[in-house]
Amino acid sequence: MLTMIGKRLMFAIPSLIGVVIVTFLLTRALPGDPAAYFAGPAASKEAIEQIRKKLGFDKPLIEQFFRYTNDLAHGDFGNSLTTGQPVATEIRNRLPASAELTLLGLIVSITIAIPLGVLAATRPGSWIDHLCRVTTTAGVSLPVFFTGLVLVYVFYFRLGWSPAPLGRLDVFYSAPPTVTGLYLIDALIAREFETFRSALSQLILPAATLGIFSLAPIARMTRASMLAVLASDFVRTARASGLSPSTVIVTYAFRNAMLPVITTLSMVFSFLLGANVLVEKVFAWPGIGSYAVEALISSDFAPVQGFVLTMAVMYVLLNLFIDILYGVIDPRVRLEG
Amino acid sequence: MKRRDFLKSVSGLAAAGALTPAPAIWSSAKAQARSETLLIVSESGPNNLDIHGVGTNVPGYEVSWNCYDRLISHEMKSGPGGVPYYDRDKFKPELAEDMKVGDMSVTFKLKKNAKFHDGAPVTAKDVKWSLDRAVSVGGFPTFQMGAGSLTKTEQFVVVDDSTVRIDFAKKDRLTIPDLAVIVPCIVNSELVKKNATEKDPWGLEYTKQQTAGSGAYKVVKWTAGTEVIMERNDAWAGGPLPKVRRVIWRMVPQAGNRRALLERGDADISYDLPNKDFVELKDSGKLNIVSVPYSNGVQYIGMNVKIAPFDNVKVREAVACAIPYQKIMDAVLFGLAKPMFGAAADKATEVAWPQPTKYVTDIAKAKALLAEAGYPNGFETTLSFDLGFAGVNEPLCILVQESLAQIGIKTTINKIPGANWRTELNKKVLPLYTNVFSGWLDYPEYFFIWCYDGKNSIFNTMSYQSKPMDEFIHGAVDAAAIGNTAKYDADVKGFVDLAFKDIPRIPLYQPYVNVAMQKNVSGYQYWFHRRLDYRALVKA
Repeated sequence: MLTMIGKRLMFAIPSLIGVVIVTFLLTRALPGDPAAYFAGPAASKEAIEQIRKKLGFDKPLIEQFFRYTNDLAHGDFGNSLTTGQPVATEIRNRLPASAELTLLGLIVSITIAIPLGVLAATRPGSWIDHLCRVTTTAGVSLPVFFTGLVLVYVFYFRLGWSPAPLGRLDVFYSAPPTVTGLYLIDALIAREFETFRSALSQLILPAATLGIFSLAPIARMTRASMLAVLASDFVRTARASGLSPSTVIVTYAFRNAMLPVITTLSMVFSFLLGANVLVEKVFAWPGIGSYAVEALISSDFAPVQGFVLTMAVMYVLLNLFIDILYGVIDPRVRLEG
Repeated sequence: MKRRDFLKSVSGLAAAGALTPAPAIWSSAKAQARSETLLIVSESGPNNLDIHGVGTNVPGYEVSWNCYDRLISHEMKSGPGGVPYYDRDKFKPELAEDMKVGDMSVTFKLKKNAKFHDGAPVTAKDVKWSLDRAVSVGGFPTFQMGAGSLTKTEQFVVVDDSTVRIDFAKKDRLTIPDLAVIVPCIVNSELVKKNATEKDPWGLEYTKQQTAGSGAYKVVKWTAGTEVIMERNDAWAGGPLPKVRRVIWRMVPQAGNRRALLERGDADISYDLPNKDFVELKDSGKLNIVSVPYSNGVQYIGMNVKIAPFDNVKVREAVACAIPYQKIMDAVLFGLAKPMFGAAADKATEVAWPQPTKYVTDIAKAKALLAEAGYPNGFETTLSFDLGFAGVNEPLCILVQESLAQIGIKTTINKIPGANWRTELNKKVLPLYTNVFSGWLDYPEYFFIWCYDGKNSIFNTMSYQSKPMDEFIHGAVDAAAIGNTAKYDADVKGFVDLAFKDIPRIPLYQPYVNVAMQKNVSGYQYWFHRRLDYRALVKA
């Protein structure tokens, strides 16, 4: 097991090096001149040159690259110009915000999508199958910012049930002492239940928005994979042996249908983590998606590089985790094989 | 039907989670805190708390303005629509208690009771160090100081512990006003020097993260891109104690949500909402809406006079006659701007800037002018704009495109991302574009030095160079320095007339600053920097 993990991590190194080189070159190839952008509205050519020099962009590309990799090796991701903070600190602060939102969104999605998919597969053509089809189609065809805005409009603006969409906490609460960076967990650890409730109520609308969007792939994948498994020989055998329908479906069919669902889940999770920019924008959520996009708009190199690198590392770890999980769910999957 | 069921189930989930409406969970102590706290929402926040820093953005100026003091500031007067408006010509002491203007220098006596946030007294040494810093760090602050002929550290002289003299490099009317802008703020020199390093002798890294001033507010928490929390400095000596104890400034990127927050009464103040929202909010009457024209600011259509066919003045006039001025006012700005066109034909030129041109939309005349210029069938060109301000620029350019097509000028719209806009302007290769310029110092000659002078600064986007124009501009600058009003007036009229005759850029309108506040918030003041001054705000 450990050798397998070690091996997998070794294989990840070349791709990470590739990511570092490609993001460095891509950000440099972006149109736009950060020096001109940050020199301010009344800058002369000389002022822009001064800024360029201060930022080190007057040096040849290769020297900039070596300086960048040298900093990376020392754990220094550089400084963001738009927010003025070290990129490593920003990512460390913002990643939990995105992770908390994405995880909760995924949980919402799973609790609806998997039962829906299983039921739809066991009764193809029935009303529940149609319900599954309609909800998933609706969920995926509504753009997230639209769903988000509608939810804000209805539950905040019209009904007033939901708190103001002002980020992770109401303005008059302060964040619980950081342990995991996830406010829900940290608030429980610190036994600050009012903070917990505030954080939870802030989370509900954005998590629902994400959940609605990610229903489709999970529900459809569950349904398809369940259908395939239910048609297979061992299920027929189980049924013929007189096992109860629930045992057949839950113990035999569902477990075997899990593998593609898990793969989809990992894809959806990593996709959501980076791609929920629009939800973050709508709910003023201080996550990494909106951070990266803002940096991109102002051609702020360091955060973009830091973001892509973090995402690459997350993908590597997530894939590793999923592979290990495969082995747990289905011992036939030979990890070394 | 089924979809509705599903939505219901989700709404049930959301309702169950919220448990009780949010405001009800505030305990009385929190309600108290709320009444003394001002919640401001805006699209973006500061990237640096110090205006002397490298690349400090405009929201950063707001922090500097409220957390640092200057030697002097401006008095208020009643502006357009009765809104308190800074008085360009009247100064009031802030850190100084007294200002004596001599022939070639100005002397300030500091207030004895002025203290920095850490309790250290404000001394002449701090003043000198801060002004030295502003002219030495380079970039925008140094440049802005230079606009008032403040360029060398030798100009700032410590006379005694509480007296500072500033020597003039030359006679310049803009020197004193330039001491009241945001840049020459007074920094706690001992504190910053302690935190400076060899690589960073001015301690810019330290002041980037925390405020080290003597101002009315101090930053107690700053999470970049999320919020800034400021608390009142109860020992402030710069003026009467502000009413608001605590300011929470949250970044809400979505304009629709900023509006919802205001309408629901959760946020106290917001600016930078789309014009359409402001008009609707104004009509609904639930909020206080203040609209004030930008001082010394104009949105315009520019033409590069070095590129054919815009090198021909007849072509430029033709374009000026083909702009759909009124349509832009109605459909793009919803009336929230001051027209800079259509002055009566017999109206005399004023000694003021901005002022309207005499151009109106006249397609027949535009066609005739174009034919006269030798382009009876028109020509093709590109029309560029800054995507960073697409909300106004995009519809504006589409209207202009439509209108120019009527006289045979076929334009392709070229959208340039915000990050790239200044780089493109600096290259001076865009033939036709729209842009806005606004100067902090509200003097006609200041605007013209930037935008029309032959030294071709970045804001002379048309590459317009004309000897008579330079003579008028420099004539006005010199006349102002020695107080020769007659010559000054003649020269200002001269350069305004010439700018309208040669028409390298077509003024469209003076944009408005729009601020929306709850009914119980009052005391908004318009400043040249167009950011909020918390010190005057009151929440009932």
